[in-house]
Amino acid sequence: MRDFILKRVAAIILPFICIYGFYVILHGHVSPGGSFAGGIIVGLSFIAYSTIYGIEKGRVKLPEKVLTWTESYGTLWYGIMGMVGIVKGAPFLANKLAGVDLGAPGALSSGGLISLIGLGVGIRVASTMVTLFFTMMEEES
Amino acid sequence: MKVLLEKLLVNYPYVAAVILFMIGALTVLTRSNLFKKLLGINIMESAIFLMFVAGGNIRGGAAPILGEVNPKSVYINPLPSALMLTGIVVSVSVTAFALALIVRLYKSYGTTDARRISQLRDEVTER
Amino acid sequence: MRIRNLLFLLLALLAAYGMLIVAAELPPYGMPANPIHNQVAERYVNKALDDTGVLNMVTAIVLDYRAYDTMFETIVLFTATLAVVITLKSRKREGEQ
Repeated sequence: MRDFILKRVAAIILPFICIYGFYVILHGHVSPGGSFAGGIIVGLSFIAYSTIYGIEKGRVKLPEKVLTWTESYGTLWYGIMGMVGIVKGAPFLANKLAGVDLGAPGALSSGGLISLIGLGVGIRVASTMVTLFFTMMEEES
Repeated sequence: MKVLLEKLLVNYPYVAAVILFMIGALTVLTRSNLFKKLLGINIMESAIFLMFVAGGNIRGGAAPILGEVNPKSVYINPLPSALMLTGIVVSVSVTAFALALIVRLYKSYGTTDARRISQLRDEVTER
Repeated sequence: MRIRNLLFLLLALLAAYGMLIVAAELPPYGMPANPIHNQVAERYVNKALDDTGVLNMVTAIVLDYRAYDTMFETIVLFTATLAVVITLKSRKREGEQ
């Protein structure tokens, strides 16, 4: 009986939790939150799905190749964003000194490189949480 | 004695941080299960974060986000909150690696009791 | 075992008494004249909107003024994941190639 209630309730609520996590990451420069907290919320929604429905179904959604790719290129994304400053003759990881257009404050596409870097860090933190969970759970067999 | 109690009543977040730190330290020292020692280390780290973030507060101040309240109020200090984000990430990393080591110890020795593991190791090195 | 636990409790109470005396001498909680609010915090609060264009001051500090620290932070997370995967997956697999 308990399994039945958990599966029906999780099927309704978990997509909304994932969308809320992406909302917190993308609006990191307008409202409280930011990249670290939003990434943990997205990772927790996938961990809850794997706990309730079993490890096999969780592996179908996020196979090992996708997790390795996201984890490695997420760390490289930060260095590539810093090279934009060096190409234009400013210090490494510069935002306004490199001549990036800042935009109107309060709009979603303001801040220059800050929102792009925040998106990369958020996806990377979510991938770290899911990788740690799968590694420890598959050791039990 | 009365002066000391009055000064402690004004600084109540720091008193809470000291009590949490002592609870964490006693848990690490007296329990012999490995998981409980790890939880004690986590409680000690939470006490340190509380003390730093509570040090940057101003009574009657507003949250450090522009444009929501009237633009004449005092904003609290945003620096301690931004510096403690790094500490939280370090705490998560140490906890994850310690859990992986405990899983390997269990596979090798068959128990998670710290005293029993050191007894088994003494028997192995005597031979 | 019981005597050792009582000795630890006594040591912890002594250390807590020392720390409480120090906590009473710290500057009072929440006054705007504390020495922690110096000119560094004032510059970050006043000039965050002109230099970066975002409304959230904590995000502006973490991702623009001190972006170098956040880059090494992500490298620390990557190293921790690498260490966990190496510890738990390095056994000989029998049966699979």
